[in-house]
Amino acid sequence: MYELRARNVLPNKKHKASILKDLRRDVWIYVLAAVVLAYYILFHYLPMYGAVIAFKEYDVAKGIMGSPWVGLKNFKDFFNDYYFVRLLRNTLLLSVYNLLWSFPATILFALLLNEIRQEKFKKVVQTVTYLPHFISTIVVCGMLIDFLADDGLITQIVKLFGGEGKYYLNYPQYFRTIYVSSGIWQSIGWGSIIYLAALSGIDTELYEAATIDGAGRLRQTWHITLTGLLPTIVTLLILEIGKLMNLGYEKIILLYNGNTYETADVISTYVYRLGLGASRRYSYTTAIGLFNSLINLILLVSANKISKRLTDNSLW
Amino acid sequence: MKVKESIGRRIFCKVNIFIMIGMIVITAYPLIHVLFASLSDSGALLKHRGLLLYPVGFNLNAYSVVIKNPNITSGYLTTIFVVVSGTLINLFMTSIGAFVLSRRTLRGRHFLMAVIIITMYVSGGMIPRYLIIANTLHLKDSLLSLILPGAISTYNLIIMRTNFMQIPQSLEEAARIDGANDISILFKVILPLSVPVLAVMTLFYGVSHWNAWFDAMLFLRERSKYPLQLIMREILISNSASAMSDSGTYEIGESIKYATIIFTTVPILLVYPFIQRYFVKGIMIGAIKG
Repeated sequence: MYELRARNVLPNKKHKASILKDLRRDVWIYVLAAVVLAYYILFHYLPMYGAVIAFKEYDVAKGIMGSPWVGLKNFKDFFNDYYFVRLLRNTLLLSVYNLLWSFPATILFALLLNEIRQEKFKKVVQTVTYLPHFISTIVVCGMLIDFLADDGLITQIVKLFGGEGKYYLNYPQYFRTIYVSSGIWQSIGWGSIIYLAALSGIDTELYEAATIDGAGRLRQTWHITLTGLLPTIVTLLILEIGKLMNLGYEKIILLYNGNTYETADVISTYVYRLGLGASRRYSYTTAIGLFNSLINLILLVSANKISKRLTDNSLW
Repeated sequence: MKVKESIGRRIFCKVNIFIMIGMIVITAYPLIHVLFASLSDSGALLKHRGLLLYPVGFNLNAYSVVIKNPNITSGYLTTIFVVVSGTLINLFMTSIGAFVLSRRTLRGRHFLMAVIIITMYVSGGMIPRYLIIANTLHLKDSLLSLILPGAISTYNLIIMRTNFMQIPQSLEEAARIDGANDISILFKVILPLSVPVLAVMTLFYGVSHWNAWFDAMLFLRERSKYPLQLIMREILISNSASAMSDSGTYEIGESIKYATIIFTTVPILLVYPFIQRYFVKGIMIGAIKG
């Protein structure tokens, strides 16, 4: 039916008629498309338009349109902000540490899990390690606050190994460790699914051939398994790098306090506190957010470019 | 194939199993600890040191306090409402979006695709989003603010579209010959064939509504409208005693906190094993790469 239409060979007049015919036949599709488009305009593109207040001095009474322009003032203010360096450092360090630990940990876990041949046991491991992904951030943070208290579960274990008993969430030097390790606890099982799926797609004949060629287990893992996983790894890595500046701020907001801002306060939490806290500095914090998104976009595009050149994998 | 295995290989397998058991313990113990603590006597729990291998001073008092707490009850009702209606809207919007984008005859579908994909990488940011939803669209203090802004997750939309496109064209053509229009093709041909991906989407959307709190904190002022997670935040994080017991007395029981966690987390943990076998369908990486 559709396939039979050879649009290009038709003369112009008939072509127009066929457009109309197409539109009439597909009328419901256009109605549905309009609903979807309306959603994206209202909840994604309107906020993007709203971001112009970064270049204005937003006044609630005057609205987005009516507020006066101030050019790049808000951005300049941010670069001169007393906390600028600290925010940038905290955002990047927390994010990079997180990536450096949790990304390889997930791959390693998937590789090890893939070696388990007792199917039932493997299922149990999977079911249990996927669980934390479904537990709410509030509950995870509530548990952390409790376990890390003076006499909490984790503190007691730390004491067992000769550490001090104190409320660990009140000390800036521990914040990154707590954030990254609890993040691994939450995501390692769930994150491994995608690798396991990719692993099951690797042709087993490759391994048999390699065995005949005399390649040992480790060399097989290196040459066949990791090579087979490479496209998945690279794609996920690009995506991770593209949101390097977008840390899970919900978790930070729940876990940090005045004592730990030194290492825990990142750009998005600062935006939240200044923009939606008591001071409501809408324009200023929008500018900070925009700066943050811009860096993210640059990171994503460059990671994609580098990957395209080195490994031939890219998102677009 | 496997006739003999080297000693190294056998040692590796044993060690590997130990590592996996370790993973199970590290993942599960904190949850078991919470469960046992919720069944313990608050006083005995405070004096207890080390791992909890069973409830100390077993009793269900904490649960009776939690169930009687009016905040928890109203939070539960709000959350159930948001989960049910929100997930239904999610499924409807995501399905029609995926359907529209899977139509090869739609004019301007590349444009529409671009409009949608761009939102995965570019956004207005936290503050403009807040201002638009609260002031321009007047959703402040309405439960719609928890449902409409996230009606479509673009990531899920693309996964669903990939699924729809894998359905053989011939099935659709057959329905069309029988006189079906696009709406009935979506509801009578495509969706019934997409049960696994719909199951995963239901779980993903449902869980994210169940666990959401940030938007509720931003947009809701009236306490009676608070979803469960915001109430939980008061109990677990802000440690407000009045949130914990209805009488408002400062009788802060450790075990009450834990009972609250169990009481609010268990519903999700009960659903998820049933959908587990479909997970892989929901997380295909091939789907993300246009």
